[in-house]
Amino acid sequence: MTTARDTVLGRVRDALALAPTPATVVPRAYRTGRVLPDAERLALFTDRLLDYKAEVHPCTADRTAQVVAEVLRDRGARRIGVPTGLDPRWVDAYDGEVCPDSADIPAPELDALDAVVTASAAGCAETGTIFLDGSPDQGRRALSLVPDLHLCVVDLSAVEAGVPEALARLVPERPTTLISGPSATSDIELERVEGVHGPRTLVVVIRTDR
Amino acid sequence: MSTFLGMPARPPRSPYGTGNLRGDEAFPRAAHHELGNGQLRRNLGRATTTIRAKRLDVTGELPDWEALRDAGSAIKTDAMNRLPELLEQLEHKVTEHGGTVHWARDSAEANEIVARLVKATGSSEVIKVKSMATQEIGLNEHLESVGITPYETDLAELIVQLAHDRPSHILVPAIHRNRDEIRQIFLDRIPGVDPELDNVPAHLAAAARAYLRQKFMTTKVAVSGANFGIAETGTLSVVESEGNGRMCLTLPDTLITVMGIEKVLPRYQDLEVFLQLLPRSSTGERMNPYTSLWTGVTPGDGPQGFHLVLLDNGRTAALADAIGRAALNCIRCSACLNVCPVYERTGGHAYGSTYPGPIGAVLTPQLAGMHAAADDPNSSLPYASSLCGACFDACPVKIDIPSLLVELRHQHTEQTGTTPEKLAMKAAATVMKRPALYRGAQKAAGLGRAVAGRDGTISRLPPPFSGWSDSRDTAAPPRQTFRAWFASDEGRAALRAAADEHDRGRTREEPDRSQDESDRSRAEDHRNHGEDGTA
Repeated sequence: MTTARDTVLGRVRDALALAPTPATVVPRAYRTGRVLPDAERLALFTDRLLDYKAEVHPCTADRTAQVVAEVLRDRGARRIGVPTGLDPRWVDAYDGEVCPDSADIPAPELDALDAVVTASAAGCAETGTIFLDGSPDQGRRALSLVPDLHLCVVDLSAVEAGVPEALARLVPERPTTLISGPSATSDIELERVEGVHGPRTLVVVIRTDR
Repeated sequence: MSTFLGMPARPPRSPYGTGNLRGDEAFPRAAHHELGNGQLRRNLGRATTTIRAKRLDVTGELPDWEALRDAGSAIKTDAMNRLPELLEQLEHKVTEHGGTVHWARDSAEANEIVARLVKATGSSEVIKVKSMATQEIGLNEHLESVGITPYETDLAELIVQLAHDRPSHILVPAIHRNRDEIRQIFLDRIPGVDPELDNVPAHLAAAARAYLRQKFMTTKVAVSGANFGIAETGTLSVVESEGNGRMCLTLPDTLITVMGIEKVLPRYQDLEVFLQLLPRSSTGERMNPYTSLWTGVTPGDGPQGFHLVLLDNGRTAALADAIGRAALNCIRCSACLNVCPVYERTGGHAYGSTYPGPIGAVLTPQLAGMHAAADDPNSSLPYASSLCGACFDACPVKIDIPSLLVELRHQHTEQTGTTPEKLAMKAAATVMKRPALYRGAQKAAGLGRAVAGRDGTISRLPPPFSGWSDSRDTAAPPRQTFRAWFASDEGRAALRAAADEHDRGRTREEPDRSQDESDRSRAEDHRNHGEDGTA
């Protein structure tokens, strides 16, 4: 008996034989390899993040712990989750409970966290996007998804001008999440509502030197 | 068509009457009902106008937008040309990373595969990410028929599912509902919902969040579609806004993804093009809130069982048509719906298919065929267009939808043999070739005034012309033809007066050039203003 695989692939080959077309060369005249000075990237990235209703805190690297602690305190977060590989100094100044994540913690327990603090793999200034790739300082995907507040620390040096430059920083096979602002929907009469299933608040701490 | 040895047979279309690629009635009749729905037209008009404006803003922001469109179009064309090798490569890479690949010839086969995979997990429910492919094959209906409960988790899809309704737009499927209707649907259908729930969108969204959170945390199996599948790496992708996609792709033990074979892209790098084209064309955003990329199974992160179902269901039939093949380039952004004057008035239900609007009018007949003899609703779809070309302008991958519609109309008339319309066209051709006959016919046309009403409009004609008059009013022919008027004293006098006026205007303008300049700049202002207003 012919398998579905053979049948479908056979049909595809037949279809292409019925209507052959010449090979196509892909023109890539769009912008790639853009380099913007730090100040411009920071300004653009911040503008786009704010446009998406994210909260933005630029700071020098040595002030990371203070800014993280202030944000969490202001938001009333008493219990936070962190990926196992997160730099422990970032949550040094925080006086609440810090819960390191592990793969065997069931997802419903993540729901009991007030916030999560992660690092990031890259950023894109033009679209206000941060990229998480599951590295030890970013943790598994569920961790940055279930709690209602996501505080993400981004190094300005990892923020690229555009989408092509940012994607080039990624390892394709890693589980990757692109985040542009907090969860949102426009499904009811096209009125935008922030926060449906993902974190309702996104705070981005941008470290401007390192 | 006779078949010769060595000549490949035309690949089959998706089977008649299964899935959601065919409505119950032809477009003009379905549109007639929908046009009577004032609420629908208000909602749609507001939505399409808003999204159109946002799209123009963010596409105008990119100086290389046209270069991105060119690249997007070429990447898709290249992918179609190399589909067999790319699909095999995708299968190989997904398998290498711990996933399992299944192939489905049609909707029935895809539905059976998914149901079997769900049953193997021991679960009797699944959570679903919004997916055009599973809507197309009628997966929810099939799962229910074998005792599995599917839960749609996209807010709009949830509204549609709870109301036992059908989606009416690719991007915003519940756009035909207003907030009061949605409130009532939630009150009636969500168990344990607060009876005090009001109609504020944020509160309605919160009610959906509370209802679905429980499902996300407890359901063991998820079903998704895919926006892209990368052959080079085996990476799949879902583009979304609400986070329900991330929930489904991350929390369950098993993930089943149903992907049309046309969604494959050759290289990981190609994402740099489509992640710019898709959100800007679709929602008018620079980037959608969430995009997930995953490759097979990652130990310790996300579902530990991953299945990819590759779906044909008529796609190879579209691929076999040299002209129609371009429709497979569609990335389901819905930009063509939002600029279409026909869609804007009739809404998505009139098209009867999972794929509404201009791209649906092309894609649906290609996937599921036009069975002309049986008064098939799908054979009416290529005519559901004014051929104004706005859809071609808006399409991020430059699909020439108007030309494809014309080609499908051609194929349809070729299939149907002799019809009154065809006879009429033949007669018209004969008449127009002979001046004497043409003059006579014009005179005879004046008789058309006899069937016109007092308002000078013909609204009802006897068969075989009733097909024309059923769906449109026609102005009665003028008393006099243009040629007759041109030759008459009245015509000559009017032309002379116009020529005199033109000459007078010239002599007045010439002495004062500055006046002329300011006239011109005023005219320019006016034009620019007009463009803004109509954009």
